[in-house]
Amino acid sequence: MAALVERVNDAARLVPRGAVYALGLLPAVWIAFALFTGRLGVDPVLEAEHRLGLTALQFLIATLAVTPLMRLTGIKLIRLRRPLGLLAFTYVVLHFLVWLVLDMQLFWAQIAEDLVKRWYIILGMAGLLAMLPLAWTSRDAALRRMGGAAWRRLHRLTYLAAAAAALHYLMLAKTLTLEPLLYAGAVFGLLAVRAIPRRPRNPARA
Amino acid sequence: MRRLTENDVTPKALWLNRRALIAGGAAAAGAATWPAGQAVAATGLEPNTWEEITSYNNFYEFGTDKDDPKRYAGALTTAPWSIAVDGLVARPGIYDLDALRGFPTEERIYRFRCVEAWSMVIPWNGFPLAALLDRVEPLGAARYVAFETLYRPSEMRGQQRAILDWPYREGLRLDEAMHPLTLMATGIYGEDLPNQNGAPIRLVVPWKYGFKSIKSIVRITLTEDEPPTTWNMMAAHEYGFYANVNPEVDHPRWSQATERRIGGGLFARRQPTLMFNGYADEVAGLYRGMDLTAQF
Repeated sequence: MAALVERVNDAARLVPRGAVYALGLLPAVWIAFALFTGRLGVDPVLEAEHRLGLTALQFLIATLAVTPLMRLTGIKLIRLRRPLGLLAFTYVVLHFLVWLVLDMQLFWAQIAEDLVKRWYIILGMAGLLAMLPLAWTSRDAALRRMGGAAWRRLHRLTYLAAAAAALHYLMLAKTLTLEPLLYAGAVFGLLAVRAIPRRPRNPARA
Repeated sequence: MRRLTENDVTPKALWLNRRALIAGGAAAAGAATWPAGQAVAATGLEPNTWEEITSYNNFYEFGTDKDDPKRYAGALTTAPWSIAVDGLVARPGIYDLDALRGFPTEERIYRFRCVEAWSMVIPWNGFPLAALLDRVEPLGAARYVAFETLYRPSEMRGQQRAILDWPYREGLRLDEAMHPLTLMATGIYGEDLPNQNGAPIRLVVPWKYGFKSIKSIVRITLTEDEPPTTWNMMAAHEYGFYANVNPEVDHPRWSQATERRIGGGLFARRQPTLMFNGYADEVAGLYRGMDLTAQF
């Protein structure tokens, strides 16, 4: 097991971050291509909107999984956490833009009403807003300027964004279906793991 | 001297209303005949394509995704098929579909507005529900009509999970059911109804949200009291018994003021939703004096 973890860690160190971005953007490229070539079925706007939102949630979950994975198995993917988080943010923004421009078509009156009355819209928007400072402070320079402790504190907003996103998805459905429940389970499971007290890193050896 | 039957006690308001509406309905029905050119000119509505109508369906009996019904409804056997008619009727019984097919069918191009705020235009073939009800002779005490969808989990995979309280149930007030716009549909575009659209026979009530237009009907019951209906049982504050299309009464979780017309392309404009889905002239009278925000 330890050998396997070492090999995964060695391999992860060799993955260029650029490759993560490139791979991570492939779904967006595919969705855009499918949207403009009539491959998204009868209701392409809603389909694109949903796929972008779902991809955002998947990247958020991947981002949240990095730390528990390291604690539980020793697999270190911390280098890839920033690309994963920024990809999540990118998909959230694309999801938001499709909603704003193609779905709501800039009907400001209805949008304004939705923003104060509809809980799933409010939660979605809260998630997006929570991610803005995270994207803004994602570079090394920001981390150095803020100092590690303050930076980590700020970046706990990820928890809020992920919880909002999971509830946003859950509240959309007319009935309780399996998929949004599984996503919510993953998000809240990964948040709950963080509440477990950490064991001392090097148990005192007698 | 002729003996009075239950039939003679149809409330006056109902039959007066019915007559006025039959005149209007007949004109509309006459105009809405295929081929498309004439019909579009007459109704001003351009129907959605066969592909759109048959591949974007809410029919939870086959799954909750829009493309599930098309994918899985092929498993449903629709022949033989019969509808049990019971409750407050003079002539209850099991009516074979072939017998019901004897009613003269018409082509009706109707707007179809889903409670999820999308819409289509669909060229249905069918006969007025009133024709069927006239044959089974509702008793004077009957005030509501309840409908039930087939429950057959072996062929309807969505029913294998309790997504809804199966079987699917819907209902109308008797005057709504007798309204000439209320259709029992057996076809689309002159073809038999595809399974995913509610084969072999379904209800179409064009001024109400789509979930009222119950599919694959196996039972019709005339009742004195308002019958329980599936979405209303599931979430009464979100889905009323009436479920009339109304841009001013929002679904608690989303607005009903506008709708996205399916098939309009990527940049088609959102359209304002019309009161009673554009059928206010024909049906507003049914709800005179009612508070539509309370009885939604």
